[in-house]
Amino acid sequence: MSGSWRQHWKAWLPHAALVTLALVPLALIVRDALAGRLGANPIEKITHRTGDWTLRLLLATLAITPLRWLTGWNAVIRYRRTLGLLAFSYVCVHFLIYLVLDQGFPVQGFALGFVAADIAKRPYITVGFTAFLLLWPLALTSSRNSIRRLGGRRWNALHRLIYVAAALGTLHFMWSGKGKNPTPVYYALVLILLLVVRVWQDRVVAKRAGAAHAPPPSPLTPPLLT
Amino acid sequence: MLIRRPPDIRPAEITDERAYHSRREFVSSLGALALSLTPVKGLGVREDDKPTPYDDITTYNNYYEFGYEKEDPSRYAGALVTRPWTVAIEGEVHKPQTFAIDDLIKRYPAEERVYRLRCVEAWSMVIPWLGFPLAKLLQDVQPTSNAKFVAFTTLYRPEQMPGQKTDILGWPYVEGLRLDEAMHPLTLLVTGLYGNPLPNQDGAPLRLVVPWKYGFKGIKAIVRIRLTRQQPPTTWNMAAPNEYGFYANVNPDVDHPRWSQKRERRIGDLFRRPTVPFNGYADQVASLYAGMDLRTNF
Repeated sequence: MSGSWRQHWKAWLPHAALVTLALVPLALIVRDALAGRLGANPIEKITHRTGDWTLRLLLATLAITPLRWLTGWNAVIRYRRTLGLLAFSYVCVHFLIYLVLDQGFPVQGFALGFVAADIAKRPYITVGFTAFLLLWPLALTSSRNSIRRLGGRRWNALHRLIYVAAALGTLHFMWSGKGKNPTPVYYALVLILLLVVRVWQDRVVAKRAGAAHAPPPSPLTPPLLT
Repeated sequence: MLIRRPPDIRPAEITDERAYHSRREFVSSLGALALSLTPVKGLGVREDDKPTPYDDITTYNNYYEFGYEKEDPSRYAGALVTRPWTVAIEGEVHKPQTFAIDDLIKRYPAEERVYRLRCVEAWSMVIPWLGFPLAKLLQDVQPTSNAKFVAFTTLYRPEQMPGQKTDILGWPYVEGLRLDEAMHPLTLLVTGLYGNPLPNQDGAPLRLVVPWKYGFKGIKAIVRIRLTRQQPPTTWNMAAPNEYGFYANVNPDVDHPRWSQKRERRIGDLFRRPTVPFNGYADQVASLYAGMDLRTNF
């Protein structure tokens, strides 16, 4: 009894720590808001800060598989879905800030027309909104049950959408500002690096699989199914 | 909870000792003891135009010479040395001249003008500038009959303007006006803010303010004013011709590819308000553009 409780606790504590850590930026935003320390344009500031953290967490999520492969640290895969869901949480906050505080929905009733026009007409919002939509099926299938239902192979294929979402999210950042903003370029470089490692990994794995008929790694292994 | 509650007394209304003394220094340095700080009425100030707090005007700046972020100019512009400083007036004029900045400030007494400032990024402020009409300076140097445009150039000094070491934009920053726009009584050369000398992050020691145009027309840290026959190149237009036109008149009907121009957020407000053609100065400036298609000449 106490042994299983301890096991349970051991499995969950790192997740709880990760979630707590990832929520620190959000807590700091709230703190700065309450202290009136968000500058002259607080809504713009919190839009940017939640957007920044969405991208950082997306890139962190994408870094897990290469990290596992390069270091052999298998247990790290357990945190991939947690990180992905945290990125999704930030993008939801980001979108809600845009919709409610920036555009005035539903207080300014006509705002939906502005939102629709933004999505249709402004390329950076078009790609950002697309990335947001793409993350929904991933968030909704980020449970252990969904993995079982879909099967590891199909689940993995579906969740490759995160690369598209991350690329569109980075474009969204790149196109959102005037002039040449140097910062999004760094995000793009990290994303490209992660993609290159991933493609390289797939090739190596495919070669080995051709030799040994090894099954593709399940998103749940190890250790949940072992 | 995310909205900063405006303080009961605006910072602008409190004259602290430091400001009081620097104001005196400023006034005495001008030698303009009769300087009146009474706002000029009848220039389009509206009931709901409460001046934006000084802190916001001086910490939220687009001034890419000092970095990409809005806070960068307030952090880094202090390093800019603004004395000695000269401003050359040249080109198609009968009396080209180079002014030391303090002579210029002495020669053209500053008056306070409370103007709305509308940024192309769809935010706006209300700013009590100190300055003098550009027209006065132009009349004194006597434009030739060939003069059709006025070109402005910002200081190029990368060691004090770190943004100039990056490729955010092409440097130095250049802007331009048609001569009739430059001669318009609303067009101001600005030397001060809230009764004080202009802070570096707002364009010290001399900047342009054209209140019916988007803020990027208001070139900062001016070192050269050149009258020309041809329409001069302008920095943002060169960076992205489809986004930033030469005229850049505030126009809610011409959208920018990145921002809807139909509404704006007045700094300090929660919700956006409708943007007004020519930033609310249409009665004074619309006639300058009679017969022009403002959709193509954006």
